[in-house]
Amino acid sequence: MSLLAIDRLSLAIHGAPILRDVSFSVDQGQIVGVIGESGSGKSMTACAVMGLLPAGAQTGGRVLFEGRDLLSTSEAEMCALRGAGIGMVFQEPMTALNPVQTIGAQVAETVLIHRAGTRAQAMARAREVLERVGLPADRFPLSRYPHELSGGQRQRVVIAMAIALRPRLLIADEPTTALDVTTQAQILRLLKRLVAEDGMGLMLITHDLGVVADMADEMVIMKDGEVVERGAGQGFFGRMKHPYTRALFEASSHVPRRAAQAEDRALLEVKGVSRDYAPARTSLLAPARRFRAVDGVSFTIRRGESLGLVGESGCGKSTLARAILGLEEVQEGEILLDGAPVFSGHHVNLAVRRRMQVVFQDPYGSFNPRWKVARLVAEPFHLLGARPPDWREQVAEMLENVGLAAADMEKYIHEFSGGQRQRIAIARALILRPELVILDEAVSALDVSIRAQILDLLADLSGRFGLTYLFISHDLSVVRAITDRVLVMRAGRIVERGRTQEVFENPQHDYTKTLIAAAPKLPQVAAE
Amino acid sequence: MAGRGWMRAALSSRSLVLGAVLTALFVGAAVLSFFWTPHDVAQMNIPGKLQPPSAVHWFGTDHFGRDIFSMVMVGARTSIAVALVAVGIGMALGVPLGLAAAARAGGLLDEVIMRGNDLVFAFPALLIAILITAVFGASALNAIIAIGIFNIPVFARLSRGGALSLWKREYILAARVSGKGAVRISLEHILPNIANLLIVQGTIQFSLGILAEAGLSYVGLGAQPPTPSWGRMLADAQTLIGIAPHIAIFPGLAIVLTVLGLNLMGDGLRDLLDPRLRRARR
Amino acid sequence: MLRYALKRLLSLAISLAVASVVIFVAIEVVPGDPASYMLGINARPDTVAALREELGLNMSPPERYIAWVGGLLQGDFGTSYTYRTPVAEMISERLWVSLPLALFALALSTLIAFPAGIIAATRRGSKWDLGIMGVTQLGIAVPNFWFAMLMVLVFAINLRWFSAGGFPGWEAGLLPGLKALLLPAVSLALPQASILARVMRSALLDTLDEDFIRTARAKGLTRRQVLRRHALRNALIPVLTIIGLQFSFLLAGAIIIENVFFLPGLGRLVFQSISARDLIVVESVVMLLVFAVVVVNFAVDLAYAAVDPRLRRRR
Repeated sequence: MSLLAIDRLSLAIHGAPILRDVSFSVDQGQIVGVIGESGSGKSMTACAVMGLLPAGAQTGGRVLFEGRDLLSTSEAEMCALRGAGIGMVFQEPMTALNPVQTIGAQVAETVLIHRAGTRAQAMARAREVLERVGLPADRFPLSRYPHELSGGQRQRVVIAMAIALRPRLLIADEPTTALDVTTQAQILRLLKRLVAEDGMGLMLITHDLGVVADMADEMVIMKDGEVVERGAGQGFFGRMKHPYTRALFEASSHVPRRAAQAEDRALLEVKGVSRDYAPARTSLLAPARRFRAVDGVSFTIRRGESLGLVGESGCGKSTLARAILGLEEVQEGEILLDGAPVFSGHHVNLAVRRRMQVVFQDPYGSFNPRWKVARLVAEPFHLLGARPPDWREQVAEMLENVGLAAADMEKYIHEFSGGQRQRIAIARALILRPELVILDEAVSALDVSIRAQILDLLADLSGRFGLTYLFISHDLSVVRAITDRVLVMRAGRIVERGRTQEVFENPQHDYTKTLIAAAPKLPQVAAE
Repeated sequence: MAGRGWMRAALSSRSLVLGAVLTALFVGAAVLSFFWTPHDVAQMNIPGKLQPPSAVHWFGTDHFGRDIFSMVMVGARTSIAVALVAVGIGMALGVPLGLAAAARAGGLLDEVIMRGNDLVFAFPALLIAILITAVFGASALNAIIAIGIFNIPVFARLSRGGALSLWKREYILAARVSGKGAVRISLEHILPNIANLLIVQGTIQFSLGILAEAGLSYVGLGAQPPTPSWGRMLADAQTLIGIAPHIAIFPGLAIVLTVLGLNLMGDGLRDLLDPRLRRARR
Repeated sequence: MLRYALKRLLSLAISLAVASVVIFVAIEVVPGDPASYMLGINARPDTVAALREELGLNMSPPERYIAWVGGLLQGDFGTSYTYRTPVAEMISERLWVSLPLALFALALSTLIAFPAGIIAATRRGSKWDLGIMGVTQLGIAVPNFWFAMLMVLVFAINLRWFSAGGFPGWEAGLLPGLKALLLPAVSLALPQASILARVMRSALLDTLDEDFIRTARAKGLTRRQVLRRHALRNALIPVLTIIGLQFSFLLAGAIIIENVFFLPGLGRLVFQSISARDLIVVESVVMLLVFAVVVVNFAVDLAYAAVDPRLRRRR
């Protein structure tokens, strides 16, 4: 008998169908990867198992845990089961912990709530479990509060809470999506170790095929509320049949076709740039401290080239982007576009600024919701002083260039999907025909299949408009797919640079090696 | 938002409809009172004083024999004018201050504006009114100034808070990349996107202003006789409430219904204008 | 924690300093010559001169300000011109009515609002919720002095359970004193309780939507346990802000309510002083009330830090 057997589970919320005939099982000591893009119903499946569905949910089928149907179990019995028999870990470690309680109290609560010991025993247990998840007593006493921990450390606390009573089943819903790649690798290793030590079943939900590729014993691919394909994890990609699974796999490792066109002339020169911040003064009496976000960075981008800038959150890559765009002045060094400084005499050099543009990460926050697309795309014309008389024709043409229709000009931004919005952001960036485009995590928030399309579009546009890209990302596979050269940034400094292929195949710096080793990888499958 | 869908959503909100009807009723009465009232409010009739409600005097008469219904109509004028102008003062000064503070968040300007706000918060409207009245004497104008000053930090804080979260959005960065300065960004991007917040808060401050005006007039710090005002009518009624309760009931009800109407309208508008809430309700 | 408290203390001191300047300028500088203002136009020049001498108006404004603040710090609030008694004495007498009234009202408001807000939030959309929201909507719209008049009409005039006003003094005993303050306190508390209940409800609903509530449910806590152990304390943070603000509203509201019930409190004193043009008393009472508001806000800031560990760090 399986530990967890989901049998033809269906779910509707207020009448809207969410899941249809979902069936798979998890055995003891087994890792089952549940993979799907947004809207595939993977998280709702987990909520159904936990009995934490939103109001108005109607279910059909069965969810058998150790032979007992959880869908017909009373709320009181579910409470006794949650945390003791089944543990769960969520996506957002930053908000998953109660900010006003110590981590010790929160881990001990799992023990206390199930009456598995006295207060003192519960605290001792909390200590022991935090130790197990890699939070030693000397650096992480029980009296710590969540805000004193990093995202990865908080996720360890959430895992400690989930495994404190050694549940038979652990459900992890996108446990590493919000984390940096090195932290992600550590958390995945931790989960794997705990499964092996405790003989738990693990249901690992993710949108990223790479995360589960070398760790799942069983793969379940979901799309639009249905399971489209499942099979043993070992050699799964060699056997996959369903077109969606293949498309997903192809998109995850997609390499757009690009024409090599780098000229030997420098377009952007960054020379010895440093940028300091003064953190908010905590007291009028305290000495002003300074924090160096970018520290002596120099590099050159050649005309027509695509340069990658890789680093984890907080490494200073976004600060550097803002400095290049002239949004913030630097303390040291200079930034030249085609020989002309971005900043001259504490003023932004408008002639230079007209020649570069940017695409941001968030397809939802990048547009004023009250403006029509025509006005949104035309906003950079402000740099020219006034909109040219034929600005509407130009906007229409640019929308068609990025794969949208001229008629989309009259729509508001909420009428578009995430991928379409990113196309509009690209149209806005290109409307002035800039030479340099900075792509700041421009595809990071997109589902893999959409991401592949946008990468193709970017490759196509760079050829047609003679664009030079500075591609900033934390995602190594994307950088590898679309850049000629790459810079690796850490704590404000460039620690390694070189041709993309060479850096990825033969990294020199220890940090680069760690990054590349930590990045989730898909197995190579022979092309058919 | 498409016009018709918006209209339908507005009409389907019971609190919005009820609130708008009540508000329209009192604003209408105030406007009408400029042209017509059932009786002349200035005309005294001592023999006919303290009459209970009747077909001639719908709300009865007061201790001078004046028609209470007519006085309530004219009183609406005072209350609404004072509260409306006070909200106007608060918005006209508070919103630019809040926008400026947000545009220079963490800077000296921000600090000065926010500390100034804290300071004004230490003076409840009534204390400001007392200070002003002690020096300049009581009048409706002084009530407006007192309530208006109190409104400034309310709008300054609200716009600063709303603007701060917007300044973090990437579309603001995009506008900066397009070479736009803080003033232009505040006007083009920030103000339209916090307008909803301001409208909702405006109706709430409007209703608070009506309550404050009534309180100030009641203790003699607001509109002076012979200007009819709801608060003054209640002050006059106080000693006579045992003999003729109706002279206290009707002006009080007028205050309650106006304030209730404005609050219901504010709640309804908030639900209607906040897409997050609207989605949750469906 | 200590640094946080010291920082708040510093900002309290600055607020008080600026407030004192504002009040001083409003009362003693703006009117031109306070002495002739206080005595009226018909005063004889030698009386005005005598008052000028008494008030120290021959000094320059900055000197007078320093003398005034220096006096305040030592508990010397000056001498009332109309009553010829030290203002400090008059104030402390009245404070024994106004302060208990405000605290009584605050206690009532909190006692009503907390359960009402919690019931409405936990039974969202139920008849209880709709009923509580309806009553509070009405409670916010009712002016407290009108509500007070209605209560006088019902409980004092018709039922004769209470007297229509006045205060027997605490020497008459605790119970008669509290009885005299009951109707005023209820009429003050009702609108405030309505506001507080609504804030409590929405704060609790917001907190119940947070991710950590889901985490706690996944640990096996029941809805009730989640509410008690996790939601309430987090919801308290916005509620505390409102309680702090309400204290200043209650003090101000007390000024009006004292008039309805003829209570010999600070409010009555202020209005008598305004009509007697006794600026010295007005100045001191306003300063005292501002002091009370600022100190309460300081206490709220400290309460924040006690509830929220994030505020304690590094400050």
